[in-house]
Amino acid sequence: MALFSKANMEALTGPLNLNNPVVVQVLGICSALAVTAQLEPAIVMGLSVTIITAFSNLIISLLRNTIPNRIRIIVQLVVVAALVTIVSQVLKAFAYDVSVQLSVYVGLIITNCILMGRLEAFAMMNGPWASFLDGIGNGIGYAIILVIVGFVRELLGAGTLLGIQIVPEWCYEHGYVNNGMMTMPAMSLIIVGCVVWAHRAYNKELQ
Amino acid sequence: MNTLRQFFDKIKPNFEEGGKLHAFRSLYDGFETFAFVPNTTANRMGTHVHDAIDSKRIMSLVVIALVPALLFGMYNVGYQNALAAGQLDNATFWGMFCYGLLAVLPKLIVSYVVGLGIEFTVAQWKNEEIQEGFLVSGIIIPMIVPVNTPLWMLAIAVAFSVIFAKEIFGGTGMNIFNVALITRAFLFFSYPSSMTGDDSVWVAQSPIWGLGYAVPDTFSAATPLGEIAAGATALSTSFCDQVVGLIPGSIGETSVVAIALGALLLLYTGVASWKTMLSVFVGGACTGWLYNALGLSPLDACQHVVLGGFCFGAVFMATDPVTSARTEGGKWIYGFLIGFVAVTVRVLNPGYPEGMMLAILLLNLFAPLIDYCFVSRNISRRAKRATSK
Repeated sequence: MALFSKANMEALTGPLNLNNPVVVQVLGICSALAVTAQLEPAIVMGLSVTIITAFSNLIISLLRNTIPNRIRIIVQLVVVAALVTIVSQVLKAFAYDVSVQLSVYVGLIITNCILMGRLEAFAMMNGPWASFLDGIGNGIGYAIILVIVGFVRELLGAGTLLGIQIVPEWCYEHGYVNNGMMTMPAMSLIIVGCVVWAHRAYNKELQ
Repeated sequence: MNTLRQFFDKIKPNFEEGGKLHAFRSLYDGFETFAFVPNTTANRMGTHVHDAIDSKRIMSLVVIALVPALLFGMYNVGYQNALAAGQLDNATFWGMFCYGLLAVLPKLIVSYVVGLGIEFTVAQWKNEEIQEGFLVSGIIIPMIVPVNTPLWMLAIAVAFSVIFAKEIFGGTGMNIFNVALITRAFLFFSYPSSMTGDDSVWVAQSPIWGLGYAVPDTFSAATPLGEIAAGATALSTSFCDQVVGLIPGSIGETSVVAIALGALLLLYTGVASWKTMLSVFVGGACTGWLYNALGLSPLDACQHVVLGGFCFGAVFMATDPVTSARTEGGKWIYGFLIGFVAVTVRVLNPGYPEGMMLAILLLNLFAPLIDYCFVSRNISRRAKRATSK
């Protein structure tokens, strides 16, 4: 079996566009609302989920023939929880500020529907390599949406990107005011809605 | 009137299929049906409601009912400006009115141009008949914002609410929230410092085209409800001024008298439901009395009803036929809860001096549920009656 066969590439690239976990399957919305007020936590969150999805997919796929069917959810949760704990500790050690910003949402990756969805739907019935690619693809598909939402919210809500001032001082002197609603979670739901709208308008087959 | 008809007939060929102005077909259609009642009527067959009045005529009536409050709002803008500058003795009636007109007119124009622009574009794009709903929203929006709201904020808020509160639900008649209130809510949450802030937003502070007076920078004027929220126990304005409307506040909401004129027209013509309107006042007064008796609010029931946007909301926005409850029994509950929630927010939440906007939006959300309960109750009652015979 070729490493980059057509089926494997489909597992990797499908979630980026036509099978996107956020805008098509509408999973993982909760964290997309919670951590996207700024771009930096959004990127870190996207990376964390990508790593956790990829490796939990890989591990569950390796174990899939030995897991008793009746307790599979528990086994999956144990694997995911272990990986989340590792990622959480790494963040605390090397990116403390961001981990404070993300607060409970790193821990809550355990309950992210995308993870359980991929483990149940893909890793339990596919080989380790394909599962790994599927995890990477879904994680990145999720991260893309987070970055788009984080970009819009930080730019319009605070006038900055990654903490660097983008909107010039000149605008503020002439009466421009940052949009406070962009820093509220309600607005990120509307932005996700706009992304879904644009995505479906472009991909007519999804309508 | 005949010349107008002839003018419409003369330019009509330009807008028909193949005409050089075909791209503006919906624009022409909108203005023609606004000026003249269209000849087309609903089919005789099938389930149609036949009525002598169409929705454009209803909207026009509401706009006419809003005019007294708008005109008084313009006068009050000039009056507050002169009062703040200490020049009240020198100011003339027409000077103050013209100043208010110049301050309010740009907001009115921005609101209509942005809102109708989006509506016409959508109608043209979807190849539909132009919808008339924005006629009323467009005049309400400038009336429920402070006079110092920058025009660009207003434009963004109008665009947001027309697209996200109206067009994505399917346009006029399909929206679940009142479009004008969504505009205000967007401004309120996005730019809080420009909507309540340091109490300098309620009074226009600089002359326009030589009219009006420059107000000292240190000046600030709180609305009566703002004073109460800041901890005052007595108001700085007299009850008479509060009823007439010579107090700081959003442009069109201050005068109970002018709003009452509009309410009379709406009730006389039957455009607004008297049940909704009455129950909002009853709900607000009962709740205001309750909180006053409990010692939670220094305002009595009467002041709660008179102050802030209560009257304006009760008369023009709670009765919006699209977003309010439609069952006759439901209207009582819907209205009563609006009054209750509005006064409760005022009294119990120190962050929000005024609760009318939040109350109406909340009850907009619950209106379908209220209707559902009343309809299913009717159905089960009739079913029982049918089986008991």
